[in-house]
Amino acid sequence: MKLPRRHLPLLASLAVYLALYAVVAWRYGDQNFLTLDVFLNFLRGYATLGIVAVGMTLVILSGGIDLSVGAVMSLSTVVIATLVMERGWPPAAAIPAAVALGGLLGAGMGSIIRYAGLQPFIVTLAGMFFARGLGFIVHLESLSIDHPQHKWLASLGVSLGGGHTLPITAIVFLVMVAAGIYVARHTSFGRNIYAIGGNEEAATLMGLPVGRTKLAVYALSGVCAALAGAVLTLDTPSGNPTSGVGMELDAIAAVVVGGTLLTGGVGSVFGTLIGVLTVGLIAESIRNYEGTSGSGATSVAIGLLLLAFVLLQRFLTRRM
Amino acid sequence: MESRKLPSGKSLRPGGLLRRYPTLWPFLAMVALLALNAFLTPGFLHIEMRPGAAAWDFRLFGPLVDVLRNGAPVMMLAIGMTLVIALAGIDLSVGSVMVLAGTAAALLMTAHGQSVPLAIAAALGASLLVGLFNGALVTYVGLQPIIATLVFLVAGRGIAQTLTGDQNIRFDIPAFSLLGSGSFLGLPVPVYIVAATAALVALALHKTALGLYIEAIGSNARAARLAGLQVHAIRMLCYGFSGVCAGAAGIIVTADISQADVASCGLYLELDAILAVVIGGTSFSGGRPRLLGSLFGVIIMQTLTNVLVMHDVRSEHTLIVKAVVAMAVCLLQTPAAAGLIGRLSRAKARPA
Repeated sequence: MKLPRRHLPLLASLAVYLALYAVVAWRYGDQNFLTLDVFLNFLRGYATLGIVAVGMTLVILSGGIDLSVGAVMSLSTVVIATLVMERGWPPAAAIPAAVALGGLLGAGMGSIIRYAGLQPFIVTLAGMFFARGLGFIVHLESLSIDHPQHKWLASLGVSLGGGHTLPITAIVFLVMVAAGIYVARHTSFGRNIYAIGGNEEAATLMGLPVGRTKLAVYALSGVCAALAGAVLTLDTPSGNPTSGVGMELDAIAAVVVGGTLLTGGVGSVFGTLIGVLTVGLIAESIRNYEGTSGSGATSVAIGLLLLAFVLLQRFLTRRM
Repeated sequence: MESRKLPSGKSLRPGGLLRRYPTLWPFLAMVALLALNAFLTPGFLHIEMRPGAAAWDFRLFGPLVDVLRNGAPVMMLAIGMTLVIALAGIDLSVGSVMVLAGTAAALLMTAHGQSVPLAIAAALGASLLVGLFNGALVTYVGLQPIIATLVFLVAGRGIAQTLTGDQNIRFDIPAFSLLGSGSFLGLPVPVYIVAATAALVALALHKTALGLYIEAIGSNARAARLAGLQVHAIRMLCYGFSGVCAGAAGIIVTADISQADVASCGLYLELDAILAVVIGGTSFSGGRPRLLGSLFGVIIMQTLTNVLVMHDVRSEHTLIVKAVVAMAVCLLQTPAAAGLIGRLSRAKARPA
């Protein structure tokens, strides 16, 4: 079987994830690491990061970057909490409203990038400050959500038999990954994203709708971030304007570890799923089993992993 | 640098005043902001002099001094960042370098009982190493600057946290704290550090060929290399220098609060610095470094922050104002806006 070179980064990600999982399982095997429950917990714990990362993947594939995702996610939790607790909206209306707001913010940033030609980095950086400030204006402090409908939503899940349940947060995560894969691989919009990320000038000359696609990509990323916020409220029922700090970096790291090139045009949403699981695996195993000074060691480990991956990608693409 | 005229007397850069002097925009924005506040913010221009122990040891107090004092760390970052961005690069690691330098200095002085100069030298040395590491990833490995420096942004704070076991390090060393909270001839010591660094860089940019080299590499690295420039060496120099600037900023912040704060020292300051540089007119896609513009950019953002606090706006809410102002200044510098302004001024100049 001949493997296309462009799949090598993805295969490398997959290999690293499986190897890491084996090492962790071997090292902590006596602590039931290989059980389905642990894995399901994983999917639940990293659902928010995963959903954000799906949107980020599309943005990075188009050759851009979105630094606003953590702030938009946090804003979404605050909006949902405020609408439900202080305005008496049912969650079934508050969540779509928050997601729409996320999409609107993303579309706003996308329009500036499209029409003014400013760098995505700068525009989404300002967007991050804007969304963060907006969150603080909506509600300055953390506000917990206590609503029967919200509780019912959070308790939803699919039974997998044997007492295992796939919780709603994990379901949303997997559905978003599937939707992301479908959009990227099987729609003309997805192919436009790859084309723009590969070579924007060529895409323009081919007559592809470059401007419209770029705008839509940032709007989609905003939707994903806001949806991640909704999922976060299901996990921890509160709206917190200080949540999601540094989320954008974790998401970018997960996307890169998943084999997507930051230059755009190469990568996959499925890879991002692997990337999220890898980043999560490292963070969880350090936090749960290594004990001492968890957060510092986690960032160092993720930094090293990131470095290893970009070096590997560089090595692979140089020979392409 | 504005004397690029052809023998016929025509300027090489066509266009209006604003296009010939791009630093004018941030300068005008800064002056407008300061002037506006002179009217709207009571006591904004007020400066009070308080005598100290010796005749030279007086201190100036007032909102304008506060802007300089609070803005000094970001100004240090912005000086280094200007060079890196002019090379069409970016340095995301500066906030993490700050916390690493501050922590290293504090640890050396407290846990290891080293002298102040040695601690400072070691901290700056470590920052230089990080900068050179970033530079090597960018120029020798050929990584994108965003991703190359993202590695240390993620890992750097982790290293500082691991070094201290997630604890903040307090210390009581007056000679060191002087660097952050001391004052000389009325002004805070950090202001002198910034001024000296900026003057040094300005000399290097305008009195040597360095500025021209940076502009050449930032505009077209391949062409610059083919023209015989030492692209690798200049990139290493700029990233290394950005690291040292970040280290100095970290030392200033740590000295100012007499504490190495691993959780919040330098957090998100890389973004403030990048924003200031872009507001200051240095093109994100590389080109001529606008050192003065970057400093204006920091002053604009810091004045906004301080003034909004003086008006009892919560610091959390100032973020939104910062975002809008930053976007506005950036939009004004785009070719589209320049074209619009050019058309408007031509229409005005045409006799009715």
